[in-house]
Amino acid sequence: MMSATQNHGGSRSEARLLSAILVLAICLTLAPVLRLFVEGVTDQGSPSLGLMRDVLAQPSTLSALKHSLVTAGFGTLVSLVLGSAFAFLVALTDLRAKAALVFCLMIPMMIPPQITALSWTQIMGPSSVLLKTLGIAPPLGAKQPLYSPEGIIFLLGIQHMSIIFLTLRAGLRAIPQDVVEAARISGARGLRTWWQVVMPLTLPSLAAGTAITFVTALGNFGIPAMLGIPAGYATLPTLVYQKLAGMGTTVLAEVSVLAMLIGAVAVAGILVQRLFQSRQKLHLVGSTSRPLALPLGAARLPVEICLWAVVFAILVLPMFGLLATSLVPAYGVSLRLDTVTLASWYEVMFRQPVTSRAFTNSFGLAAGASVALMAICLPLAWLMERRQTRLARLFDSLLDLPYALPGVVLSIAMILLLIKLPFTEATLYGTIWIIFLAYIARFFAVMFRPVQASLKQFDPAMDEAAQSVGASLYRRLRDVIFPLSAPAAAAGAILVFLTAFNELTVSALLWSSGTETLGVVIFNLDDSGETGMASALAMTIVLVVVVLMALIQLFSRRFPKGVVPWQT
Amino acid sequence: MADIDLSSVGKTFAGTPALQDITTRFDDGEFIALLGPSGCGKTTLLRILAGFEEPTEGRIRIGSREMANADSGANLPPEQRNIGFVFQSYALWPHMSVRRNVSYPLEIRGLSRAEIRRHTDAALASTGLEDYADRMPSDLSGGQRQRVALARCLVSDPCAVLLDEPLANLDVALRATMQGVFTDFHKRTGATMVYVTHDQAEAMAMADRIAVMDQGRIQQFDTPQNLYERPKNRFVAEFVGRGTVVPVQQFRTDGTAQQARILGAEVAVQSAQQESRVSHVCLRPENLTITETGDLRSKVARVTYMGGKYLLETVTDCGARLFAETRARFDVGAQLGLTITTPWAFSED
Repeated sequence: MMSATQNHGGSRSEARLLSAILVLAICLTLAPVLRLFVEGVTDQGSPSLGLMRDVLAQPSTLSALKHSLVTAGFGTLVSLVLGSAFAFLVALTDLRAKAALVFCLMIPMMIPPQITALSWTQIMGPSSVLLKTLGIAPPLGAKQPLYSPEGIIFLLGIQHMSIIFLTLRAGLRAIPQDVVEAARISGARGLRTWWQVVMPLTLPSLAAGTAITFVTALGNFGIPAMLGIPAGYATLPTLVYQKLAGMGTTVLAEVSVLAMLIGAVAVAGILVQRLFQSRQKLHLVGSTSRPLALPLGAARLPVEICLWAVVFAILVLPMFGLLATSLVPAYGVSLRLDTVTLASWYEVMFRQPVTSRAFTNSFGLAAGASVALMAICLPLAWLMERRQTRLARLFDSLLDLPYALPGVVLSIAMILLLIKLPFTEATLYGTIWIIFLAYIARFFAVMFRPVQASLKQFDPAMDEAAQSVGASLYRRLRDVIFPLSAPAAAAGAILVFLTAFNELTVSALLWSSGTETLGVVIFNLDDSGETGMASALAMTIVLVVVVLMALIQLFSRRFPKGVVPWQT
Repeated sequence: MADIDLSSVGKTFAGTPALQDITTRFDDGEFIALLGPSGCGKTTLLRILAGFEEPTEGRIRIGSREMANADSGANLPPEQRNIGFVFQSYALWPHMSVRRNVSYPLEIRGLSRAEIRRHTDAALASTGLEDYADRMPSDLSGGQRQRVALARCLVSDPCAVLLDEPLANLDVALRATMQGVFTDFHKRTGATMVYVTHDQAEAMAMADRIAVMDQGRIQQFDTPQNLYERPKNRFVAEFVGRGTVVPVQQFRTDGTAQQARILGAEVAVQSAQQESRVSHVCLRPENLTITETGDLRSKVARVTYMGGKYLLETVTDCGARLFAETRARFDVGAQLGLTITTPWAFSED
């Protein structure tokens, strides 16, 4: 609090409220991570690295680690090629319909990975309804080509290309256009400008994007679970899942070591990303008001056709696959006018008790997490902006951790923290509350960052004006700060809802009978061979995602800069 | 309405002093300007008066209430000070209409609906905003927004009004109009006003007294006329008005008459009564006359047309740069003679 009074005098109530909310936020977000760390370095209560040594020596651990690094590494490479090609073309050239292109490129990131995997398996392999309908399906008994490391790599690459695209595009937009214009005036042309001026300036953001893509791919559970488990190819997250699902909480100590292993690799990636991000900030001087638009000339139309063809292949085609599968009476039947039926849709939406329960659970969890996070993040972001205490700054630098760390890590941490509540015999494990608290921890940054971005652009005089006419802290929050940051908070809330509604990785380890989420249900339906119903449910979720994204897009003009993640 | 009393107020930002030992008094109903170059501490002083910053040393009293005391650590938060504040950015709440912006202070004070309406109408009328009451701030021009900010701070009858460069964002023509608005407002309400500006013409035009600040200290606190004609030191002499400070080579007092040797010429000077010795004089254009026989030979280095007259920047034979005004046109490079008449002399260490 000492440094607080240096910045702003006046009301002590701000300092008290900040401390209170900050403690709450730290308990919610950082306590689980800390708990996991403690578990890894102790054995039955005393400091020991014995267990860690044992687990790390197991051959299954080593092979899963190798598989994780291989799939995440090559997957990142695929993302890098696709994402940067799109980013350079969209950010630097005079392509038409950029907004639509950007929106379409964002959809893969927002569609949950298990649905991506499901949809792609529907357009490949011998039993693909779409291929059968078109008469080009491979013969029965042929292998599903996606059930392989290459399949995992390919889909991880598609799933996360948006991350590279976004960070690189943001980096490109930060390049002052006069820098490029100066190069052109000096006589540098086309590719030379790109190679000698643009590339060196974007390397930091490209490196930062690559690092964070690697971390995200490493933590991905849906794709390696749907593709790798049938192929007997385990990555670290699926190994944790299989152990915990097979043997329950008796292997908790063992899987926490695995979780720490994933966490350690992820933290290394995050540190690399931070390093490059801080470097990038150095040369952001000059005007960036007009976006760059280097003319492509005669190449424009072919390039446009090419880009939209890629979008069609990675976005529309798999959706056709899903749709086709959801419309046939039984998996493997080809889709014709006389076979088309809505039975799967009807069954999954109205008949199955588990799906309606999952809808209720996911909706309640997502909505609850949005509201709770809004209530915590709005005042917290405001107070942290106003009074930069040391603790607040520390929290600011760590609050991304639960979101950046792989979901499996957070789930294990949550189980450790809540399986036996301190001072009681009660447990939250197996109840819906453990999922709720895990969502709060995981999506804290998703809510907090947009609100923070909007409040950073907020003129402090707005608050001071209210203060000078006598408004108390509570009145200022209610009458001035909340109304003005409401658009950002709404965008954050929709994003939290969107991500939480589809979430699988965290709930896969935390669900039990009665607390299934939609992600879990799709995974289980597909696992038990109900591919038609899984596809129908997946289609509904894709529709919800696209509608919510369109909603944000529709209001994006009203949000301050930096609030909508795909409009940096 | 109330007077403002500051005693040895100081403020340090992370070890760097922004304000040092400010002891002064603003009388009830006075229009005070805080004038100085950017970074001189004038805005910090204003924000300490408002309560947005806490002084690290000294005490502040407004009216009968002690607002801040660094020794006891007491600091009344801004919302309890009953002070009006006008911001450079206007700080109108963009989600509230003009009427709601103005009535909000009364809402907070829990007045009845009829009371709020009456006071708000009066405040809107006195700033000429009746027709804009239902507009949103974004629909207003800069000058109108500033009026709303003024109406908002006067509606709650504050004991002092603090203004932080309120005209800095307006164009030149509007500035002159708004200066009139502020002066009228001050005359009508008799409020104690503290006005921060870096524009001396603005300060001169409106203020009863001006505190010229530099490096966190008040260099001179006086009427506009005294600041111009009787500067206390080199900083004030050079900062206020156009003038050149030159050293005095010899100084003699002979009863009431004071003689000094300046740039080789023997000249009668004026100084404050208590100065027994002076070291510099301030040569303003009024102190210099161009004559054929002038004993100070100099060469015209630059000519600026000022509308109706010319400002000449001349260089004397001994290298001093002096400013003179003339109605006749001179060419660059022309030789002329200058005569110095009774400049103001002061002592500077």
